[in-house]
Amino acid sequence: MRTAVVVFPGVNCEHDVVHAIESLGGEAELVWHRDTDLTGFDGVILPGGFAHGDALRTGAIARLSPAMKEVARMATDGAPVLGICNGWQILCESGLVPGAHIANRDLSFICRFEELEVVDTNSVLTRGAEPGQRIRIPLNSYEGNWVDPSETGRVVLRYVDDPNGSQGGAAAVSNAAGNVVGVMPHPERAIDDLLGSSDGRVLLESFLHDD
Amino acid sequence: MMTEGGRPPSDRHDSLSLPNAPGPVYRLSAARKAIHPHDRPAHPITSTTTEPTHRQLGMTDEEYQSVVDILDREPWPAELAMYSVMWSEHCSYKSSRSHLGRFPTEAPWVVVGPGENAGVVDIGDGWLAAIRIESHNHPSFVEPYEGAATGVGGILRDVFTMGARPIALWDQIRFGPLDEPKNRYLFKGVVSGIAGYGNAVGVPTVGGEMEFDDCYTGNPLVNVMCLGILRRDQLVLGTAGKPGSVAILLGNATGRDGIGGASVLASASFDDESGEKRPSVQVGDPFEEKKLIEACLELYDKGLVVGVQDLGAAGLSCATSEPAGRAGVGMDVDLDAVHTRETGMTAPELLMSESQERMMAFVDPGHVDSVLAIAQKWEIDASVVGEVTAGSTLTIRHDGEVVASVPAASLADDAPRYDRPLQRPTWLDEIQERSSNTPVDDLASTLLALLSDPGIGSSAWVHTQYDHMLFLNTVVGPGSDGNLLRIKGTEKALALSTDGNGRLCFLDPREGSARLVYEAALNVAVTGARPLAVVDNLNFGNPEKPEVMWQFRESVEGISEACEALGIPVVGGNVSFYNETDGVDINPTPVIGVLGLADPMPASPPRLDRARPGMEIWEVGPAATGNLAGTAVQRLNGKLEGLPTPSDSAAALRVLELAARIAHEAPVMHDVSDGGLAVALTEICIASGVGAMVEVGHPFSEDPHRFLVAAEVGSLDLPDDIARRIGTVGGDIVEINGVAVSLSECSERWGRALPDALAG
Repeated sequence: MRTAVVVFPGVNCEHDVVHAIESLGGEAELVWHRDTDLTGFDGVILPGGFAHGDALRTGAIARLSPAMKEVARMATDGAPVLGICNGWQILCESGLVPGAHIANRDLSFICRFEELEVVDTNSVLTRGAEPGQRIRIPLNSYEGNWVDPSETGRVVLRYVDDPNGSQGGAAAVSNAAGNVVGVMPHPERAIDDLLGSSDGRVLLESFLHDD
Repeated sequence: MMTEGGRPPSDRHDSLSLPNAPGPVYRLSAARKAIHPHDRPAHPITSTTTEPTHRQLGMTDEEYQSVVDILDREPWPAELAMYSVMWSEHCSYKSSRSHLGRFPTEAPWVVVGPGENAGVVDIGDGWLAAIRIESHNHPSFVEPYEGAATGVGGILRDVFTMGARPIALWDQIRFGPLDEPKNRYLFKGVVSGIAGYGNAVGVPTVGGEMEFDDCYTGNPLVNVMCLGILRRDQLVLGTAGKPGSVAILLGNATGRDGIGGASVLASASFDDESGEKRPSVQVGDPFEEKKLIEACLELYDKGLVVGVQDLGAAGLSCATSEPAGRAGVGMDVDLDAVHTRETGMTAPELLMSESQERMMAFVDPGHVDSVLAIAQKWEIDASVVGEVTAGSTLTIRHDGEVVASVPAASLADDAPRYDRPLQRPTWLDEIQERSSNTPVDDLASTLLALLSDPGIGSSAWVHTQYDHMLFLNTVVGPGSDGNLLRIKGTEKALALSTDGNGRLCFLDPREGSARLVYEAALNVAVTGARPLAVVDNLNFGNPEKPEVMWQFRESVEGISEACEALGIPVVGGNVSFYNETDGVDINPTPVIGVLGLADPMPASPPRLDRARPGMEIWEVGPAATGNLAGTAVQRLNGKLEGLPTPSDSAAALRVLELAARIAHEAPVMHDVSDGGLAVALTEICIASGVGAMVEVGHPFSEDPHRFLVAAEVGSLDLPDDIARRIGTVGGDIVEINGVAVSLSECSERWGRALPDALAG
């Protein structure tokens, strides 16, 4: 599977995502946000960071970037689409997953490992995990507090101890079909025990493999 | 107003023919704060007081005369502006240069030593490491968020100017006690500024240190260090290159922000009116910086630049004169080509502006279009502003007229150099002679009080606000002695530690400073690395006081002696003088950063959280004395007296060697510093969630060159003349010399120290 990692000005996790995907034997390639053709890619990841400097609000400008038309097309076609952190915020702004993000409950940036529980395995992020499985991966965000008045978002990962006020304790949310997922903590930061955890592997391997 | 010299003669008005810069693709300015019109500084150049202009700009009459001598005429306004900022204390090191030559700066692995934007060392396999430390003390006092944020931005530019990708930041911050609301406001503002800028610019802040002491109440210290890595063939220097090279100004538009930051703010002391200097503080935009980093790295990768100079203190004055001076060339600069944020800026304003996120690239004429295309791709503004010329004259034009024509190198090289008078403080003997051996009578309450000190307690409140994991290199992160960053694709890791201790240096600036070098080196060694290089940030009081200059000279001597003993060079540094408020100087506070290399990196580097019941605990290093001079216990008791235990270079070398070796085997190692062995042991217990029982001589001594090790019984071979087995891991109490303290209470006190202090 060939994964496109979309680079908007201001994102910063793009190299980490490529490193993680390649460490897991996958194939990933950086694409510029002005690219308008993603044919040849089987999946897309929107990496974390501060796309367009979070101007106006997180993800608000990025959704207008030319590449997002192709991302929407691939989402509609059923391809795996994953937004990590700021990437999830962009997916929300684009309407590809429900809801929006506001500032963390305590109004401070949070960078630390969080324990998560797998609550739904019917998504490209969790299909390889066990229901109820506990995993530990780093959270790194200021606006991680997901709200979904429509209550249509499907929570696939839940914080064990709610760090930011996210609705339903949501750490990751999928669209109805399960092929588009936004996740706030960073699975790519947890693929190596030397750095504290390799629990992110099961998530990225799920994304890469549909068997 | 400048009238001397009049306007330049019209025969110098030849027009500069340069290609037009492209317009911006589009600009987003939401992150940028507007400066309110009435917040404008009463700028010396335009103000109407009768004081001579050069004095308003912070120049002495003698310095002004030197400019007249260099030019053989009175300087024009733009020239005076340039000399005033370039010859400021902040930019010229005029009070310190005569001492800084003392530092050992050479070693076979030094690629670039002091004097460039950052020091660069060879770490093998074609990789180089670039490192730099800087202070942003004065701006952070005046405007804590933006002061700290732009400190981060500036240090990043120093590093990526060298061709390196910045991979990590450290912050060393010092404030007055947090029971004062103003200190809490400054502390929170500074932490928010570092987080706000560092996180958004996408460079992890992986460590640092905090100290709280009365002496920083009117003058907080905010130092920031940055590490970058690069392939050897990507090294770029701050040179203008050959005649014909084209100067392209990249990044943020130039505005009136930060005018005189270096001369008016950073090179003067504080008083009640300091708040009025707020408009001299720059405003940062991390998004602009992030794009600038990526654009510059792409320029380096494609080999499109001859040299690069960042625009920090002294702005365009520095970014034109320094590269030209280094290359021994002249330059023609057209200020009308500079992309600006506001209209009607005068030439002195354009030359002195410290608007952030700007870089000057020097490129071959044939590469100009490619450079502009990359700027356009990354959505940053770019203007062709000048051309390198033969000769040595820096010519600057504005509104079609020559407004400056000066020897380029004179702005940097001919800066005044002061051999300021020195005097050992008369009060020091009496303070050093006081006894500092008073035994601690209540071990349990002393330990708990130390753990409640926000400078000793958990730093989690701070470091969980910083992205410290980005780039997947952080093997040993914040809350440890030293930090360890792996270099992916190699077996290597870089270790870093920064250490400062103003109290130790107050009592004995020479030995105190030497001990900081040894301590930082030991912090690096306990991660498995060997020290390679030192950077220093020398924060001192008013250099016009002989006692302060004596402290400074002693500190430089102590750092130099320790570096020589360890065989490591100083590759860069920063001097911050005038850290005084209302005539009271801070404690002399050199901050030492040591860069080390672990090659190979330990497969499982020691960590504080890996102690397990049954492990034995060793104290390694010279036996501690009962001397408490300058320790945390003295601070607790409101004292600062005695003569601290001096360093011992032979012991230091032996301990460092041993530490770096056994770090490949031992699960837990921890340097003994603030709060002594008692605190070091308790920190291991808290991190590992298990108690311990030890017998030691002086639990609160901070005597140098010591570390703790915990390991399975019999698993380590430690020489018994320097290592003492002091106890075992186990249980749920910390028991020292028969006095038991509940681990959960220690943990609670330690965890809440900072949050409680901030709650007021």
